[in-house]
Amino acid sequence: MVGITSYGTYIPRYRIRTEDIAAVWGKDGESVVSSLRIKQKSVPALDEDAVTIAVEASLSCFAANNSKPQDVDVLFIGSESHPYAVNPTSTIVGELLGVGNSYLAADFQFACKAATAALVSAAGLVESSRSTCALIVGSDAAQSKTHDALEYTSAAAGVAVQVGSRDVAAELVLSTSYSSDTPDFWRRDGIRYPSHAGRFTGEPAYFTHVTNAATMLLDQSNMKPKDFSHCVFHMPNGKFPVAVAKRLGFTRDQLVHSLIVEDIGNPYSASSLMGLAAVLDVAKPGDTIFMVSYGSGAGSDGFIWNVTDHIVGVQKDRKQRSMSVQDQVQQATYIQYVDYLKQTKKI
Amino acid sequence: MNIFVHGAATTVFGELWDTSPRTLAKRVTRAALDDAGMESSGVEALFVGNMLSGILGNQEHLGAFFADELGLSVAAFKVEGACASGGLAMHNAVAALASGMYTTVVVLGVEKMTDHKPEDVAAALMGAGTDEERVAGATFPGLYAMIAREHMRLHGTTRAQLSAVAVKNHYHASLNPNAQFRKPITAKDVDRSPCIADPLKLLDCSPISDGAAAVVLSTDKPKKGKESVAIVASAVATDTLALSDREDLVGLRATQQAARRAFTQANISPDDVHVAEVHDCFSIAEIVALEDLGLYAKGEAAAAVERGDVTLGKAQHLVVNPSGGLKGCGHPVGATGVKQIVELAEQLRGTAGERQVSGAQIGLAHNVGGSGATAVIHILKRVTSSK
Repeated sequence: MVGITSYGTYIPRYRIRTEDIAAVWGKDGESVVSSLRIKQKSVPALDEDAVTIAVEASLSCFAANNSKPQDVDVLFIGSESHPYAVNPTSTIVGELLGVGNSYLAADFQFACKAATAALVSAAGLVESSRSTCALIVGSDAAQSKTHDALEYTSAAAGVAVQVGSRDVAAELVLSTSYSSDTPDFWRRDGIRYPSHAGRFTGEPAYFTHVTNAATMLLDQSNMKPKDFSHCVFHMPNGKFPVAVAKRLGFTRDQLVHSLIVEDIGNPYSASSLMGLAAVLDVAKPGDTIFMVSYGSGAGSDGFIWNVTDHIVGVQKDRKQRSMSVQDQVQQATYIQYVDYLKQTKKI
Repeated sequence: MNIFVHGAATTVFGELWDTSPRTLAKRVTRAALDDAGMESSGVEALFVGNMLSGILGNQEHLGAFFADELGLSVAAFKVEGACASGGLAMHNAVAALASGMYTTVVVLGVEKMTDHKPEDVAAALMGAGTDEERVAGATFPGLYAMIAREHMRLHGTTRAQLSAVAVKNHYHASLNPNAQFRKPITAKDVDRSPCIADPLKLLDCSPISDGAAAVVLSTDKPKKGKESVAIVASAVATDTLALSDREDLVGLRATQQAARRAFTQANISPDDVHVAEVHDCFSIAEIVALEDLGLYAKGEAAAAVERGDVTLGKAQHLVVNPSGGLKGCGHPVGATGVKQIVELAEQLRGTAGERQVSGAQIGLAHNVGGSGATAVIHILKRVTSSK
């Protein structure tokens, strides 16, 4: 059995309300909230980036199952905000965690699905006995230009997932991937902020890829949407995951626990994994979880997870430390737009 | 005039991200030739209506570009007149046929807009304005908002009457399988939509669209006994490029002058028109057009639209924009003027399906460039050939 043995999450405590961003640009906050279904987003502190966020999430992950950094033999980090173009985030994080030196380190880049691509790769290494403890982190302090539509959604957070074959809390039953050259969102080397193709990011990009990866999952597993306890989709805004869940035949009740986007926005590589973590925080042994990520450029990875008895211990630890996703969502300090500019290094 | 519409076709309008301008042109021209029952070897000239291929697509030389794609080696022209490019291409084709130089020609209107960023498209469209307007930061929604404000002040036009234009055109578009927006809307939807340039809301504005339309025009008479459509008037007039240079903001002089010329050519009066495709780039533009064309007296069109006097199923005499207009059907700018002719051809032949205007005999197409610097009017008539 290969699957998730532990997980850890980190959401920076700072939040900016959608209406406060809208007011700066003379927009009606209520219409923007209603259009994007995002009330607020998380903002990194002045000294936080993809590295520090990854470290926080990883430490929380080790604590949840009493594992040690030295156990890690594979460390993959997925991000679209790696601090360096050349110089791996994974080795900086590995050093800070004290992993040692006998491990495979690699950075993954694939917009918002970099970490799920890493997760698929790590699961293969564990399954083939090339790894016993792989740590995969999705971590982002996502960038967006001021006065761009992304300014309302680009957020910061990290999720670390440990993959192994012993004491598995969520067994990986099946994964699928669907990829194509679809340039809906990009950032050229040396350019600070990403560009996007407006409404093109919807149907030909998000919906086509998520729906195809999801359909492959259903076909290959011979299961129907009603067979799942929960579903999780990448959350670029609050509308898309709700719409795609409905199209595929999932109910609001199956989706609701994963919908963290309304309160923290879209932390890119951490988005679908944060949705998964929020579901694992409340899941019961025997639950089945349907999950599809999305990364611009473009691709989707689909997963089916079976929750086991080992989830109880991980949940207990996270609850005791007040580190569940919902705990972190509630731990919010609201900031004004000028502080947001400062903390995201725009001024 | 003895110029007949032998074939007419349009693509679906909308966000056609997986279709290139070449493919759009090829498909729609083939469909128009099939409708005419002829092969491309019978085409003697190609007139292409397009505005933005150079500024957005970095491709000029469009006459040869599309002739090549269509496998033609004939005289081919790009005709540009901002959003009236399609209508102007029609006018040039009509003039060429009337001169006797050609017998059969194709008019192709094509535009690809949604592959580009909205801000780039808005800036490109302002190429139809003046330096002063661009420097002042004016956009076409802003210019038409000024026209709307003045119309409200002088004629008491209301916000609800503006909404009635959008509601009607979305209803008509809901019956058109080639329309971009096949969704009926309510006045409340228009009210709740974001403000673009006060008093114009998002749902007062025509969209950015991709699409193409083509017609086959010929001086050859249609086959004996066959219902056909003749072009009985083709008129163009121009006015100042800048709105600020005009004495009257609530009427477009170019439309008024072109209308006078067109009705004289056709030897009919505005009361004879049964179906009109008018240039509703913004809701206020349809109201102003109905008045400038003489279909309604100044200050009376808004109330007429609100009463349903020009709505399919309610109208007693005249239906306006049965295709859904620019607002509901979409507005790929170079294609719009040609699509209007396609719609009228279908209406006058009686093949418009659910949106058929009962008993339509005479149709009028009104295509505008900029804020009214160019106006093109065509009048079409149903004919039965006795040849």
